[in-house]
This record gives sequence, C-alpha cells and structure tokens, in this order.
Amino acid sequence: MRKKKTLSEYSTGELVLYRFRKNKLAMLGVAMFLFVALFILFAPLIRPYDTVVKQNIADRLQGPSSEYIFGTDELGRDLFSRILYGGRISLFCSLAIIAIAFVSGALIGGAAGFFGGKVDTVLMRIVDMLMSVPSALLAMAIITALGNGVWKLVLALAIGQIPRFARMVRSSVITLRNMEYVEAARCFGISSMKIMLKHILPNGIGPIVVSATLTLGAVILSISSMGYLGLGVASPTPEWGTIISENKVNIQYYPYLGIIPGICIMLTVMSVNFIGDGLRDAFDPKSKN
Amino acid sequence: MSDYLLEVNDLHVQYNTDDSVVHALNGLNLRLKEGEKLGLVGETGAGKTTLALSILRLLPKVGQIVSGSIKYKGEELLDKNEAYMLGLRGRRVSMIFQDPMTSLNPVKTVGNQILEVLNLHFPDLSKDEKEKKVDEMLQLVGIPASRKGEFPHQFSGGMKQRVVIAMALIAEPELLLADEPTTALDVTIQAQIMALMGQLKEKFNSAVLLITHDLGVVAEFCDTVSVIYAGRVVEHGAVEDIFMGNENHPYTKGLIGCIPDLSKDEDRLHPIPGSMVDARSIPEGCAFADRCPHCMDICRKIIPEEHVNGTHSVFCHLYDAIKEGEK
Repeated sequence: MRKKKTLSEYSTGELVLYRFRKNKLAMLGVAMFLFVALFILFAPLIRPYDTVVKQNIADRLQGPSSEYIFGTDELGRDLFSRILYGGRISLFCSLAIIAIAFVSGALIGGAAGFFGGKVDTVLMRIVDMLMSVPSALLAMAIITALGNGVWKLVLALAIGQIPRFARMVRSSVITLRNMEYVEAARCFGISSMKIMLKHILPNGIGPIVVSATLTLGAVILSISSMGYLGLGVASPTPEWGTIISENKVNIQYYPYLGIIPGICIMLTVMSVNFIGDGLRDAFDPKSKN
Repeated sequence: MSDYLLEVNDLHVQYNTDDSVVHALNGLNLRLKEGEKLGLVGETGAGKTTLALSILRLLPKVGQIVSGSIKYKGEELLDKNEAYMLGLRGRRVSMIFQDPMTSLNPVKTVGNQILEVLNLHFPDLSKDEKEKKVDEMLQLVGIPASRKGEFPHQFSGGMKQRVVIAMALIAEPELLLADEPTTALDVTIQAQIMALMGQLKEKFNSAVLLITHDLGVVAEFCDTVSVIYAGRVVEHGAVEDIFMGNENHPYTKGLIGCIPDLSKDEDRLHPIPGSMVDARSIPEGCAFADRCPHCMDICRKIIPEEHVNGTHSVFCHLYDAIKEGEK
C-alpha cells in the first residue's frame, strides 16, 4: 500500500489542490466545465462546419427532434451546430479576455499597491483614464481603430476590464503589505519580490479569483452586444449571445431558440463560478474540510 | 575589530510627516557585547521599536536616519547596500515581534514558514537536512514536530510566539531583537516564553536586545539595562545598578514607583505625572524636565552630561549638583 502523505509533506500549492479536490461543488464545476468545453473543442468531429451556415428553408423553425437535437432557427440552420461552433468564440474568447485582464490588472495593481508613491500615482491615473470611458464605448473605439477580428475584439474587451482588476488588486495589496507578517518577513531578510509572490499573493488572490469568474458571464454578454453592433463577431458567424439576439423576434413562439443558448451560457458561467468559489476556499486554510 | 557586537552612536532618527517632523531618536547611544542580554526600557513612544527597525534598516518610508552610526561587529551598517542587509536580516540579526497573532502568514503552514527562512539563508543544505532542522527547532521551542503541517490559526497565542521564536532562531543569529515579545501574552505564558528565550539564548549564544516596558521581565531576564526617554538613553547599567542602586535617574525611579508593591499597605500607585513629551517639539535641555520632581533651572537649558559610576551611568543634573556640593 502506498504510504499516505502527512499534511506537512505537501507544499503550499499541493495543499491548495488538495483542498480544492475535496470541495464537491468545485469538482462539479470542473465536470460541468469540461462537459461543455469538450463538446466545443471536438465540434468538428460531431458536426461539420457547413451545417452552421447551411440554410434549409424547408426545415425552418423546427422544434428539437432526432434530426435536429436543438431544433432549427428562422433560416433553417441547425441550432446544435451553431451552439457547438458558437461556443468556440463565447467560451474561449471570454476566457482569454478574463485571463488578459486578470494578469495585466494584477501586474498594474500589484505594482501600484506594493511600491506606492509615484509609481502608484502614475499607474492609477492611467487606470482612471481607462475607467472614465464606459467599457462598451472604449471597446467600440478600439475595434474601430484596429479593425474587425476576433483577436482584436478580445483585446478591446480585455482593456475595458483591466481597471476593475487593477483597482481590486491594488487595494488588497495595500491592505496586506501593512500586515505585521509582511514586516516580519522583511526582518527575516526576504526580498520584496519574494514577499510579493509568497506572502501577499496567496493571501489576496481568493476574492480576486472569485470576482474574475463572476465577470465571465458579463464578458460573454458583452461579446454578443459587440456582435449585435456589428463589431467583432457578426452573423452568420455564430456566437452564443449573437444566437440569442438574432432569434429574438421568434423567441415568443419558439422559446427553445432563447432557452437553449441561454442554458449554455448559464451552465458555463455557473461552472466557472463554482470553480472560482472552490479556488477561493482552497486558498483559505481556515475553510473547513 | 571592536569589542562590541552592536554599537549605536549618537543616532538621530526622525519621521517626516506632511505637517510636522517627529523626532523619534535624539542622540541614542547603545553598546551590546556578544552574548549579552540588554533590556531596553521606556514608555510607549520613547523610540524603542524605532531603534530596532533602524538597526535592520527597515524604517517605514517616512522614517529617516538623520545622523549617527550603527556599527555591527565594527562594520557600519548605515553604509551597507540593500543586498548586504538582506543577508544580515534573519541570518545574523533576527527580530521577534510584539503580536504573534499577526506576525505569522495565515495561509502558510508553520513548517513552511520556518523552512522559508532556512531556504533563504542556507540554500546549500539538502531538503532532508532542512526538514530535520525545522523538526529539531520546533522541538526546541516545545512544539511537537508533527504539528508543522498546521496553520497559524490552529495554534494558541503562546504557541504562535514559540513558532515566531523558532523562525527567528533557526538561522542561529548573533543578535536577537525582541520587540516586546511577551506583551500580547498572558502572565503564565509570558514566564514560559521568557524562560524559553533564556534557554535558547544560552544554546545559540546569541545576544539579545529585549525591548519592553515590563520592568519585571527585565529584572528577571537581562544582564544590563538601558532606560530611554524621548529617544535618548537616560540611564544605563547592570540590572543591580538599576534596581538596587541609589543614584537613579528620576525617570527610572518613577518607572519603578509605578510597580505595585504588595509588601506595603498603600492605597494608590505613584504614576509619573504628565505624559510623554511631544516628539514633534523636543524641549531644550533634559526632555524629562517637565515631569521631573527635582527639576532645576539648568535642566531646561542644557542636556545633562553622563555621570559614570563603575558600570552605572546616569544622565541627570541632579548628580552634578550633588557632586558640586561635595566639593
């Protein structure tokens, strides 16, 4: 039999993983997320791309059946295919947006909070400038300047999300850098960089991760609102938000056209929230498990 | 090579705030021999913690060392660069903080926190050797090694302070700065922690600078005592000189007078009248003059000279008056 490790033999990272795995809701979140992500990832194996754009007017507005699992839309396009391929943009772009905004926001906010003084003033005024422009308007301006395209859309929306992360990280770093254990760490000769990574980051990351996962839903919707405005992703290229908006006239009589993509968005956001919540608990040693 | 491990000469430290300058240390002198236990006694705001942070060069940004020198083994610390100080902190000079509740990182196991200090200062040891040292150190401070995987919130206050002591001593520093290590603990635990520090000090032969306002702890633990007031040493001597001598500084007398004496039938304690001098405007002459029962005209004009009597030295005009009288 394999010797069971005692708690002390785990590194801090392993402990976080250990606590995460013990959290049932978080594991459910992972399962749901993998379920959705695998379908999307292997979409070409399930349906060829043709079916996404192929119009079949004879079969328009068919309810879910064995032939069309999720039914068809106004133009007779297979909703299942559209959702499979639409998820590529919705899911992966929104994750990319969150990742970019999270990392750059954390770097900016972390530097501003940790160094303070002039660095703080300069960085935060730049962030304030970004913040003073409504994020949808900012994204529109950036896309207009850069031109249409999925990656440009990602960049534009990510820039709009940076300020919130920068502000949040900065405030938690400022709180934490004045904690006595950070001062104690200095007294033991630990360098600023290590204090930042090993003492401040693990203490402050919990709430920020949760907030990042909660932002995901909003980001999916903002991708679709950009699409609605004809920026970034436009019909006929499918995307979950766009699917809902292009079907909105028919939703009253054919509710599955709104419900099914809505459920997809909900499942994704919910699974990511569960994961985020699980991560928050895992980062906190006081959580019971 | 000087005889002293730590030599602080005429140290002036101030905090520059937006609207005023706070003079925290005003010409502080201190000598500490290797292996010596020096108690630094004074009221809140006397500059005790400022001194400890100055030695480690970790004053907050508003703090500024104006003049003076801090020599460690004959080397001037104020001239060293940050890299040198990083190697010194925790390795050769360690610090124990007042409040063990907040001086441990809540998200790291205590074992890992002690290990971090080892990793930093002894990167060449193998993983097993380091683990072994951590285990030994925990046992030394009276914590079973099996608890090293636990987090700070699973320990009581006294246990946390033991962990902090383990962190401070794992690199076997030559000097330990203990900033009110027992203030946040209850009395029975205080006695245990002081006893533990005494034992470990013998084992590692570290010098200790004990910062406290608890005269009882000082009398029990220290070899020598410096009493500081408004950022200056007003009296220095062996423990016996301070507690049993007769030529004390009026401030020291006042401090000792504040301790309740159960052998006498008295209803009231004798606090020192007034409060700590405002460090934004240190008066000319002796800073204690306003609160001193023996204040003379000269006290308000000239900073008193040192009066040395064997191991005992006092900075007070009272004794030059007496000496003048003898002549």
